[in-house]
Amino acid sequence: MADEPRNRPKISRRDLLKSAGAAGAAALIPGRAAADAPSAAPPASAPAAVAPAGPLMNLTAQETELLSAMVDRLIPSDDMGPGALEAGALRYIDRALSEAESDSVEAYRIGLAALDRYSRYSRGAPFSELSDRDKDSVLIDVQLGGATGAGVGFVGSSGAFFNMVKSHTWQGTFGDPMYGGNVNFIGWDILGYPGVRMRVSEDDQRQMEAGQLPPARRSAYDFGQFQVGGGED
Amino acid sequence: MPTQLRSADVVVVGLGAAGGVAVQPLAAAGLDVVGLEAGTWLDRRDFAPDEIRNNYRDWPMLVKKAELERPTSRATSDQTANRIGAHPMMNAVGGTTLHYWAQSWRLNPWDFQVVSQTTQRYGASRIPRGSTVEDWPFGYEELEPFYDRVEHEIGVSGQAGNIRGQLDPRGNRFEGPRERAYPMPALRWTAFNERMAQAAKGLGWHPFPGPAAINSTAYQGRPGCGYHGFCNKGGCPLDAKNSPYLTTIPKAIDTGNLRVITRAHVTTIAVDANGRTTGVNYVVGNDEYFQPARVVLIASYTYENVRLLLLSKSRAYPDGLSNNHGQVGRHYFSHHQGAGVGALLPYDTGAWYGLPAQGVAIDDFADDNFDHSDVDFIGGGNLWAMSDRRPISAANMGTYGRTRNWGSGWKRFIRENADRTHSFYIQKTTLPYEDNYLDLDPQFTDPLGFPVIRITGQYKENELALAAFTQDKAEEWYRAIGATEITRGGLGNQMGASTHAYGGTRMGDDAETNVVDRFGFSHEAPNLGVLGASVMGTSGARNPTLTSQALAWRTAQHLVDHWGDIAD
Repeated sequence: MADEPRNRPKISRRDLLKSAGAAGAAALIPGRAAADAPSAAPPASAPAAVAPAGPLMNLTAQETELLSAMVDRLIPSDDMGPGALEAGALRYIDRALSEAESDSVEAYRIGLAALDRYSRYSRGAPFSELSDRDKDSVLIDVQLGGATGAGVGFVGSSGAFFNMVKSHTWQGTFGDPMYGGNVNFIGWDILGYPGVRMRVSEDDQRQMEAGQLPPARRSAYDFGQFQVGGGED
Repeated sequence: MPTQLRSADVVVVGLGAAGGVAVQPLAAAGLDVVGLEAGTWLDRRDFAPDEIRNNYRDWPMLVKKAELERPTSRATSDQTANRIGAHPMMNAVGGTTLHYWAQSWRLNPWDFQVVSQTTQRYGASRIPRGSTVEDWPFGYEELEPFYDRVEHEIGVSGQAGNIRGQLDPRGNRFEGPRERAYPMPALRWTAFNERMAQAAKGLGWHPFPGPAAINSTAYQGRPGCGYHGFCNKGGCPLDAKNSPYLTTIPKAIDTGNLRVITRAHVTTIAVDANGRTTGVNYVVGNDEYFQPARVVLIASYTYENVRLLLLSKSRAYPDGLSNNHGQVGRHYFSHHQGAGVGALLPYDTGAWYGLPAQGVAIDDFADDNFDHSDVDFIGGGNLWAMSDRRPISAANMGTYGRTRNWGSGWKRFIRENADRTHSFYIQKTTLPYEDNYLDLDPQFTDPLGFPVIRITGQYKENELALAAFTQDKAEEWYRAIGATEITRGGLGNQMGASTHAYGGTRMGDDAETNVVDRFGFSHEAPNLGVLGASVMGTSGARNPTLTSQALAWRTAQHLVDHWGDIAD
């Protein structure tokens, strides 16, 4: 019945697999994402903080380093398992800035520069070089709108910048992997979300209620009917 | 000059919940019907269970007429209105029924007779000061056959509580008598739904499953619900959500008497020197068309219905079509759906594969279902305990002061609690008032340069008092299921743009206080009909869609039965 070009994301299963393969690189430490393939039991040892990502399309190397440091504190990798960086939240944000969130590129530029200025001004060092504890205290100031001072340069409240980055980090960690984040379903495993299913039987529901339903580990776009020229699933 | 098109018997402006239903009886009767829809066709291949697209980014809509016309709002007429937030509705064949929650309630009998019932039981002084509420021009029993028809044509699942006066304790004992059962049983309950129902019974209440325009079993060749969990602002990839785009519109097309024109943006309704409508002007891209018709039915959303009338000025109607009594835009209200109550529970709720239309309803505190002698309001609220959870929204849950909402502490909290929150959806009686209304904004326009709608409105004492009352009941229920934290939302103040927008073209016998007559036709322009919740004068404590669909069917049937009188 469709009488116009379909506005469906232009991806194929092959693209999806390719991007999942690239996740190793995007997860910043080669092999790390695969090694952390989530299971019911979190990894025994806490991974160290991760290095900044490789070049992003929409941000400079310095901006990327700042964003990486911030995202790493929002959902850290810790003794409970991997966090937002391993989930590919940076790649998610970068892609979003090319598409749906392209109006936000300037807000990222300005906000990240202001974050760093505020850090130097209030803590005496660039944000990326602060201890985790100091990073967190800076971010609390930013979240509460208290990151002010001569020449810091947040546009409006610093809280608006914080909320934007948090919102996109959450989308990139807990959203569908098709958009470049939630690598290896890291986000869904944090939540205990058992995954995308098209039909959930009463028996599936009872199994979930008993904690027995295995995670589905599929993107919505793994189902054929949502792919261009796709058939039924 | 616009291109003059071949004349039609009826032109229907908008093929959403109401217009999409009305076309079926019109086309089946052999009338030549043109349906103008601003949006386009979408289908189940467009409806991936994708929270980022459904809930955070643009939907797969190609046309965003509603969004570009989103209303401004202010609380009182001495303020300047602001344009904040998105438009709550969408443009497509089927309209917002593509991604709505699909709760498909009948109003209760009291909702049709708020003034007379209140006066009789408690005295006229109990009608809130400043309210312009009137009884409907007919009672529940007049609409019952049309509720019945739409429930069966569209497909509504549910548990009857009153069949021809015979009460069934599994259903809603407060509903009006229905001729027969729903065509499908209610959507299934989860273990948590069962737990809530048991707790409600323990409180002496009467829990039941709510009705939904969603297949609980295979119906009319389409499958039952898959419970995939992305129904909230998501289209159904299985075709189990019974939008008119799957039901009444295809049936109308199959008669050969309905032509659907997509991307048609209607700008004005034309009238002749006698004040009768002659057709509608619309644009598709840069091309202008005039569609002549013997009868015009407007069936866009409440804001658009009112706006289209106010923008259609002529010598016969200098203040807008059908507005010579100054009633277009009056008696407006946004349904009071806020003032929610939420809780944190010490156990998982198993809500990942739920949907907003799946759950447990309590009607004991709605309408006049309890004695109001000792409370300071009329009406009430329906408590709806639904199942609805998606991953990003779960990760955005409140932390009840236990941790900040990010960092390792938060990660520990969310691992434990992602499936342990719940919130009630409480729909409440909302009344029209003399100083709440819609008009054209003096400042903001759409891309064509036409002013958008301005909402002037705030909830009054009656709405706030009953909101607090229903919050108390919700808290009681949460305590009964062992909630460890309970939060209450604010009681409400300014009315914003709403998914439940009523009035503006109210239906009633008195042309001094109503725009359309008891059949939905203009008191002033006899061959103009209005479909949708803009004709409703009361809200009840439940979703408006099924009522607006039953009214739309009734208006269409009246037109068929009185074609000669109305069209000539």
